[in-house]
Amino acid sequence: MADGLHLRDVQITKDGTPLVGLNRLIKPGEVLSVMGPSGIGKSTLLAFVTGTLAPAFKATGSVVLDDRDITIEAPHKRNVGILFQDDLLFPHLSVGANLAFGLPPGGSLKDRRAKVEAALTDVDLTDFADRDPATLSGGQKARVALMRMLLADPCALLLDEAFSRLDTALRAQVRDLVFARAKALQLPVLMVTHDSEDANAAGGEIVQLGDPMHHTSRT
Amino acid sequence: MRALPLLTILAMLGPVAAGLYGTILPALNHLPSAGLTGPSLAPFAKLFDWPGLSAAIRLSITTGVGSTLIALIIVTLLTAGWSGTRSFRALERLLSPLLSVPHAAAAFGLAFLIAPSGWIARATSPWLTGWERPPDLLIVQDQWGLAMIAGLVAKEVPFLLLMTLAALGQTDAQRSVAVAQALGYSRLTGWLKTVFPRVYAQIKLPVYVVLAYAMSTVDVAVILGPNTPPPLSVQIVKWMSEPNLAMRTQAAAAALLQLGLVVGALIFWRLGEMLIGRLGRHWAALGNRGRADRIISGAALGFGTLSAATILLGFAVLTVWSFAGFWGFPDALPNSFTLQNWMRHGDGALAAFGETALLAATVMLIAITLTIGCLEAEYRHGLQLSQKGMWLLYLPLLIPQTAFLPGFQTFLLGFGADIGRIPVMIAHLVFVLPYVFLSLADPFRAWDSRIGTIAAALGASPDRILWKVRLPMLLRPILTAMAVGFAVSVGQYLPTLLIGGGRVSTLTTEAVALASGGDRRAIGVYGLMQTAAALIPFALALIIPAVLWRNRKGLRHG
Repeated sequence: MADGLHLRDVQITKDGTPLVGLNRLIKPGEVLSVMGPSGIGKSTLLAFVTGTLAPAFKATGSVVLDDRDITIEAPHKRNVGILFQDDLLFPHLSVGANLAFGLPPGGSLKDRRAKVEAALTDVDLTDFADRDPATLSGGQKARVALMRMLLADPCALLLDEAFSRLDTALRAQVRDLVFARAKALQLPVLMVTHDSEDANAAGGEIVQLGDPMHHTSRT
Repeated sequence: MRALPLLTILAMLGPVAAGLYGTILPALNHLPSAGLTGPSLAPFAKLFDWPGLSAAIRLSITTGVGSTLIALIIVTLLTAGWSGTRSFRALERLLSPLLSVPHAAAAFGLAFLIAPSGWIARATSPWLTGWERPPDLLIVQDQWGLAMIAGLVAKEVPFLLLMTLAALGQTDAQRSVAVAQALGYSRLTGWLKTVFPRVYAQIKLPVYVVLAYAMSTVDVAVILGPNTPPPLSVQIVKWMSEPNLAMRTQAAAAALLQLGLVVGALIFWRLGEMLIGRLGRHWAALGNRGRADRIISGAALGFGTLSAATILLGFAVLTVWSFAGFWGFPDALPNSFTLQNWMRHGDGALAAFGETALLAATVMLIAITLTIGCLEAEYRHGLQLSQKGMWLLYLPLLIPQTAFLPGFQTFLLGFGADIGRIPVMIAHLVFVLPYVFLSLADPFRAWDSRIGTIAAALGASPDRILWKVRLPMLLRPILTAMAVGFAVSVGQYLPTLLIGGGRVSTLTTEAVALASGGDRRAIGVYGLMQTAAALIPFALALIIPAVLWRNRKGLRHG
């Protein structure tokens, strides 16, 4: 038993066809990269960890986060953060309200506002709190999305092709920022990507999922 | 929340089932309240002895099938020839708000335009026609039901067009037409051969709804249809309102006949679909590239515009009449404008407006709550509505109102239930729910579920996600669905009349009741109020999100 994100004998199948199998412990501050072509079920693995697996899929095994079995926990009680390739900022809320949405309840409005401001300043977005998220640039949105997730105080971070929508120059920058923050907070990170550059930059173990043909031939 | 889908289905189908039950028993001469115990076929014998029966049946079929066919052809050719062009977008923008104009108001508008003393005759007399007094022609309420067909077509074209547009979004229409055009097909022929089969498969159920509605409408028939005899649906209502309770058995027999007619017409229509499908495949295989396309597209655009113009001008003429002082024939406009009509009818219209709004708001709120509950239950528990479920949604719209509402009234009376406002709300809900559900389902399901995943990862509970994220993001479609529900309730005539037992007076029942009197100024006032009651919620559904989200670019086109 240890801290970190432990995927124990996880097997995900669809209509009896195995898609993903994984048995790994991701220690705090480490990154596990799962690579493979699209359609292989990488995102399905993350859906199992966040608790949002579609009913069509069946999964066995368990997810243990910091010694807490969260396999059947409700999605919002798992303390698992996730970033998708789109920023998915809530379009009806200001940038500041987006950040405040994830901030755990408690504290005066003033304190909460101060935390939001500090988080924005932290990523060079001072005075952006009242902005409409739709008016931000791609890089700015990515930074807001990251800070929103981190303010919610997750115990692990999942990345679902999180950098693939960003152009090359921005991509490295955002990627470095995400990994640096995760490391500083000692978060276990599970990343799925089809891009080997992302996986290499992560600096952790890389798991290559076979092509779908391989799996179908086994059934 | 898991029980909501069941409750919703019960709210939609319960009254229908009770109504059919309450129709079958009296149709078999079983009506204890009138001292009759069946079973016997006497009601049918009496029905078949009625001399007007064959004409009434013929009218139901010709007006129903005729108007549906004409509206469908106009919409199909219009879309085939013009979709994606600027004229099409202009017409589309014009037609969408017209969808909510209640049938009765649109019918009155048409009547005021084409009657011998109507606006068209006035505008062309005497310089063109030579008429110094209204000609003695039976244009409105003609015995063939042509005016009724025209009214139904004008009202159904916007509905079918919007359904077609929604279906177009789910077919790869533009690229199919581009491929067909590259193969040398004209736009119209290419669209008909490649896109139409896919679009029609999607709008099939709405077309059936139009057919069932047109065959059994009462309010439009009372205003525009012939009187001696009237279409079957009107005759059923006449028998239902006779003081002699025994007449109800005859009405019930006629209601079953009406149901049989609609089912028969739907079967006939289905056979027609198969025949057209077969001919169409043959036609596509022939490889003709299309010849008279320009003329056909032009005609379709003309008819589409005519449909919009009819409703718009009808609305204008209602307005003019409501403010008209003395207005002699053949003057194009009244000698003077006055507020007197509004003073005279204002109190009554205002009271009816209050009743209408109370009914519509209550029913609409129940419908939107049930709909959101069902859709959210579907999202949370994966209780997806199947294709069969879609039929359930359409069922209350496919069964003619005249077939089960009289029975529902009899059923309620049999229970000693008080006829009045609450039963009327229950009856309205049967028709409001499907439209609200159909209006909201697509945008609700199209919501990016990853947003929900993100919000849950941020620690938000399912309820918090629903209230703080999903519903605000879907504000515009939700308000639109509410406006649809409101407008559907405002337009209901038969449920209010029959289930309200004459004690619930809405703008629609009052306006239709004025039809026989011919007081155009009063009709103008009520028709205008009725249209306003249906249109204002749509205006609010546009304005509220625009104001609320004025600083949120991401929601402006959501």
